[in-house]
Amino acid sequence: MERTLTQYIRALRAAGAGVSTTEAIDAARTLDVVGYEDRALVKTALGAVLAKSVEEKALHGRLFDLYFNREAGSEPPADGDATDAADDETSGGSGDGEPDAEAFMELAEARDPGRTAMALEKAAQAAGADGIRFASQASYFTRRMLEQMGVKALEQRLIGKLGEHTPQAEAEARRMMDARAALQSRARAVVDERFELFGRAATEAFMNEMVAERPIGALTRTDMERMRHVVARMAKRLAVKHARRRKVRNRGQLDLRRTLRANAGHDGVPFDLVWKTKRKDRPKIVAVCDVSGSVAQYVRFLLLFLFMLREKVADLETFAFSNHLEDVGPILQTREFNAAMDHIVMQVGSASTDYGVALEDLETKFGDVIDRRTTVLILGDGRSNHADPRLDLFQQIADRAKRVVWLSPEPEGSWGMGDSCLLQYRPFCTHLSHAATAGDIERAIDEMLLAYD
Amino acid sequence: MTQPMTPPSLTTPAGLASIEAVTAHLARAGYISTPEISTAVFLAHHLRKPVLIEGPAGVGKTDLARSLALSMDIPLLRMQCYEGLDESKALYEWKYGKQLLYTQILKEKIHLLIDGADTLDSALAKLSGFQDLFFSREFLEPRPLLRAMEQTSGSVLLIDEIDKSDEEFEALLLEVLSDYQVTVPEIGTISAQVPPLVILTSNNTRELGDALKRRCLHLHIDFPAAELEARIVRTRVPEVSQRLLAQLVAFIQRVRDENIRKLPSISETIDWARTLILLHADSLDPALVRSTLNVILKRQSDIAEIAPKVDALVAAALRDVVDAV
Repeated sequence: MERTLTQYIRALRAAGAGVSTTEAIDAARTLDVVGYEDRALVKTALGAVLAKSVEEKALHGRLFDLYFNREAGSEPPADGDATDAADDETSGGSGDGEPDAEAFMELAEARDPGRTAMALEKAAQAAGADGIRFASQASYFTRRMLEQMGVKALEQRLIGKLGEHTPQAEAEARRMMDARAALQSRARAVVDERFELFGRAATEAFMNEMVAERPIGALTRTDMERMRHVVARMAKRLAVKHARRRKVRNRGQLDLRRTLRANAGHDGVPFDLVWKTKRKDRPKIVAVCDVSGSVAQYVRFLLLFLFMLREKVADLETFAFSNHLEDVGPILQTREFNAAMDHIVMQVGSASTDYGVALEDLETKFGDVIDRRTTVLILGDGRSNHADPRLDLFQQIADRAKRVVWLSPEPEGSWGMGDSCLLQYRPFCTHLSHAATAGDIERAIDEMLLAYD
Repeated sequence: MTQPMTPPSLTTPAGLASIEAVTAHLARAGYISTPEISTAVFLAHHLRKPVLIEGPAGVGKTDLARSLALSMDIPLLRMQCYEGLDESKALYEWKYGKQLLYTQILKEKIHLLIDGADTLDSALAKLSGFQDLFFSREFLEPRPLLRAMEQTSGSVLLIDEIDKSDEEFEALLLEVLSDYQVTVPEIGTISAQVPPLVILTSNNTRELGDALKRRCLHLHIDFPAAELEARIVRTRVPEVSQRLLAQLVAFIQRVRDENIRKLPSISETIDWARTLILLHADSLDPALVRSTLNVILKRQSDIAEIAPKVDALVAAALRDVVDAV
């Protein structure tokens, strides 16, 4: 049972649950206390010890059934020690490390189902099937398992029989081929199960990492769905990272008034010292997004990001513009995200961009949303179609805001080329960077929130 | 980790002898338990580990601690967490006032004490005995955590809404939770004679630290299924009729599937049952529901969301009841 438990913990870790050594030891102690006769009880008990969040509980629920169904299938009714003895006997019977064709046939035809299951289990272990990471490795591991069970000897004999050309030999050959096919499909089933246990989550994590660093412009439709999860995870990570308390203690600055009051009961002798505290600003973000054709895709991710962060950034204003600027906060709040985005792009993004007018709209209509606590986040390529970029207005906004962060979907090389005014805006920005992937956007927002910590 | 499997001081009270015993004891205190809850409590005692309970507000997280204390007849020590909670509120504090008073007395009687001491050294030697006196147990004001360690008959220590406290406070808890001891620099380490049963609750307003989670068993209590909820309401509001109970629980279950901000929890179900009894209702009808909606929904926007759907929801709930029978 000890080995089974460590194997199971490995499977949990592979699936992404952070099980520490202490928790593994606790799990062993738990089994000592509750025993392992009652499956449901073992499941709940291990759930309390090993899974420390709702997601991990769900993971545990799924994996436990998967894993211990397998265990139940492969273990003979006798107890653990007998299994070892039976194991030795199996390998001993078939010669030392050289499995023969006859043993293979016996297993394939499942004359003793329990024994076949056990042999499969052993072969899987010897072939290292637990190490499977990708679905494409399945046939490799299946073959390795068959080799462990002596398929080579069988194949040699099979070639011999096929060369004999007698009806009896052919019938024999057919029997062997059927046996091989039967065992192969069973071995494949075992490998697939291992993949479910150890591989799938690892693959998922790998794919998620890939998609986060892929240029947003080059994402396919299937990537988009995955992206939603990735962005949700990133947003959660950021929210946790920046969820610090909002008060800091200024060590060294005594608050005399409050100290005197707190110590009135001690005859004015200052036992409890009260220090001055400074409240920190809550993050306040004004996102101004260019939603004209080329940039719209990037805006979608930025807004999705900010939208998922709204627990942390309660004070969020969103504006979209092309040749005029509109407050899109209400649309985003009332509609489902994708529908809202389509609506915004249709309503605002159909004309050619004019940064000058957009800045003018922002300043005249919504000027009061920007104050010294505000970070202004601009997403756009700075291509104003040769209209006046209104640098004077931009400077006014930059002077008033806490920070101005500009994310450009274009790489640094093309800034200032053609009708791009990015280099003219640059001196007024606190931070200007190229944001090509979801990872870039995450880093930019992380940095923005850092200014409030 | 380094503790032996069964510490010698660990005696198991009858209420914790088996998982069934936990369930039975809790039921006697009026708390309807699930296998998950009972298993967690059982393990908490046998592994000497705290239980961290997460879940939505009002599903009986705090109530579990109260019922445990009640059913096993041991004291409940409750510590409500909030931002800025520190060790002088959680662990211990020196009784400054008393220390001050004793200093005054000492000052007045000082000539009696150092009488006959001709040099400063001998006077100090005579006085040094009193210095320790001021930092002894007598001047120590125990706060909930230390008080829990001092209980000789065992206790239930409830650390409520740990997510509201600061991260520093979490670190402070680690010593208490893993070794069941409190260190007071002037006195030494005070270990628990009988380790308390520790229950921590969290509403998940922030992610708790890994170090804390590692030391705890984790229990997630969600909204109960209809049948369990009906049993819970029956224990709390025995005078409710079978028919009304089934209907109102079915309605609440339906409401929880709706897209609203604050889902009604068990405490709201219980309040609603009491309200309906006061109104002498014996079955649900849309008008009645609409007029009492503010008992189960606490946000104006949620009420606005549900109010137009009351007819459909009541009809669906009544159908659920018929189906169940």
